[in-house]
Amino acid sequence: MTIRGRIVVAGVAQGEVLASAEPLSFWGGYDQRTGEIIDRRHPLSGCIAAGKILALPSSRGSSTTTAILLESVKLGTAPAAIITNEVDRFFALASIVAEELYGAPIPLVALEEADFDALSSGQHVQIFEDGIVEVQ
Amino acid sequence: MKIIARMAELGGADSLMDISAAHIDSAIFTGDATLEFAEHLSGLGAHVAVPSSLNVSGLDEFGWQEWAVPPEWAAKAQRQMQAYQKMGCVPIWTCAPYQTEMKPSFGQQVAWGESNAIAFANSVIGARTERYPDLMDICAAITGRVPAAGLHLTRNRKATLLLQLRQIPRKVREDESFYPVLGLLMGTVAENQILAVEGIEVRPTEDQLKAMCAAVSSSGSVALFHLIGITPEARTREDAFQGEEPERIVNVTMEDLRSAYRQLTTSEGEKLDMVVLGSPHFSLAEFQLLAPLLQGKHRHPNVQFLVTTSRGMKLLAEQSGALQPLIDFGGKITVDTCVLTTPMLHPSTHILMTNSAKYSYYAPGLLNTQVVFGSMADCVQSAITGRVVRNNGVWR
Repeated sequence: MTIRGRIVVAGVAQGEVLASAEPLSFWGGYDQRTGEIIDRRHPLSGCIAAGKILALPSSRGSSTTTAILLESVKLGTAPAAIITNEVDRFFALASIVAEELYGAPIPLVALEEADFDALSSGQHVQIFEDGIVEVQ
Repeated sequence: MKIIARMAELGGADSLMDISAAHIDSAIFTGDATLEFAEHLSGLGAHVAVPSSLNVSGLDEFGWQEWAVPPEWAAKAQRQMQAYQKMGCVPIWTCAPYQTEMKPSFGQQVAWGESNAIAFANSVIGARTERYPDLMDICAAITGRVPAAGLHLTRNRKATLLLQLRQIPRKVREDESFYPVLGLLMGTVAENQILAVEGIEVRPTEDQLKAMCAAVSSSGSVALFHLIGITPEARTREDAFQGEEPERIVNVTMEDLRSAYRQLTTSEGEKLDMVVLGSPHFSLAEFQLLAPLLQGKHRHPNVQFLVTTSRGMKLLAEQSGALQPLIDFGGKITVDTCVLTTPMLHPSTHILMTNSAKYSYYAPGLLNTQVVFGSMADCVQSAITGRVVRNNGVWR
């Protein structure tokens, strides 16, 4: 399946999908030391998102989500890419600053709702520079 | 400016606009990356262009030694505090800046970070800010500019979702826990919509609205809500919806509220290690409510009792005489930061009790603790008896 997404921050990535329909605050929700999702009320609680293609509708909650995502880039525990179903300014800012500071942006793609809903954990996807998401 | 411009493009803004104040959440030390970002900016000689207050930091600058904070953390968190002060930010170090002299005015265009403060500024005061993430608030303060988009514009401030409280008894609406509990529910129901609540019909205090703002911005991404007949952009229902009809109407039942109340507690037993109050930071009015509950009493030796607040509010509490009962009770006070943003708790602290929905929401993930939610009086009574006591009649 090939999906055309909107490029939020361009980049290439591939890996296993970790998907949820529930938004996530990275502050209080993501352990930057391990890449574990630690919001104990979230369906992905306990899952490791480091190196995965994380699919979330958007972020939520704390303003510090951006800081935690940036810390995880520095520590090498960030998701390989994040797919959302709307442009998320918090993820975008973390990725833009990661590019400015470390030359290492996190690829971000926003999908239409139906396309987003078609993603599920365990799928293998490849993300291309032009926003194409290939689900294998 | 490059960052602001890229964010404007992503947000679909075709121009930038001026702001006249900022509140900076970015000074919270979360690790080496945020420190590098801060020192990078201050090293370039950056200076804020508008009055900019500082949110909590990662350290009680002069009190951290009393707690389990590692010295290496303290040194870095303090460097980050210094970097933001060097850029000209005002070190009020509080997540309740709207209870200080830095409070914005109705209609003022500002760039605020800190989720609870954003909700309060927009909803309760009627100032105008987008939800600014950490790292962007300081860019806005330095340039004095933000994308002309989102909640800065009148048309984007209208409610589209109506929450009705037709079946909620007055004694529930007058209960202090009603505000954090309803806030938690509002955050869950809102999704991406701006909501208006109809039927509160009692006059909440500023601190009750503060508790609601902290809850609504923890369980959801709510940056603006309207309380019809209470908040300034919602004198009437027509006002809140800018003359249009709601797209969606949700009726709130007692069962919805009880379910939200239950979600705030994760621990089932009677055991507790610590009571912690003050997220958002405790106000003078809250110190004055707490003091008579503590008068002549002492905490149980196995239960710590902590209030988190700002330097300024601590001083006011001291001068008003409302701090001494807390000290005599065996309580402690932490300023500049809170239990979620500095690693101060000893690893033997497993169960916290609080009246704050924000502490309750984030402690299990951030601190790996269990939490019990209760009223201020429940928290005090539990600290005295050494076990969880909840006289939560209206919530049963």
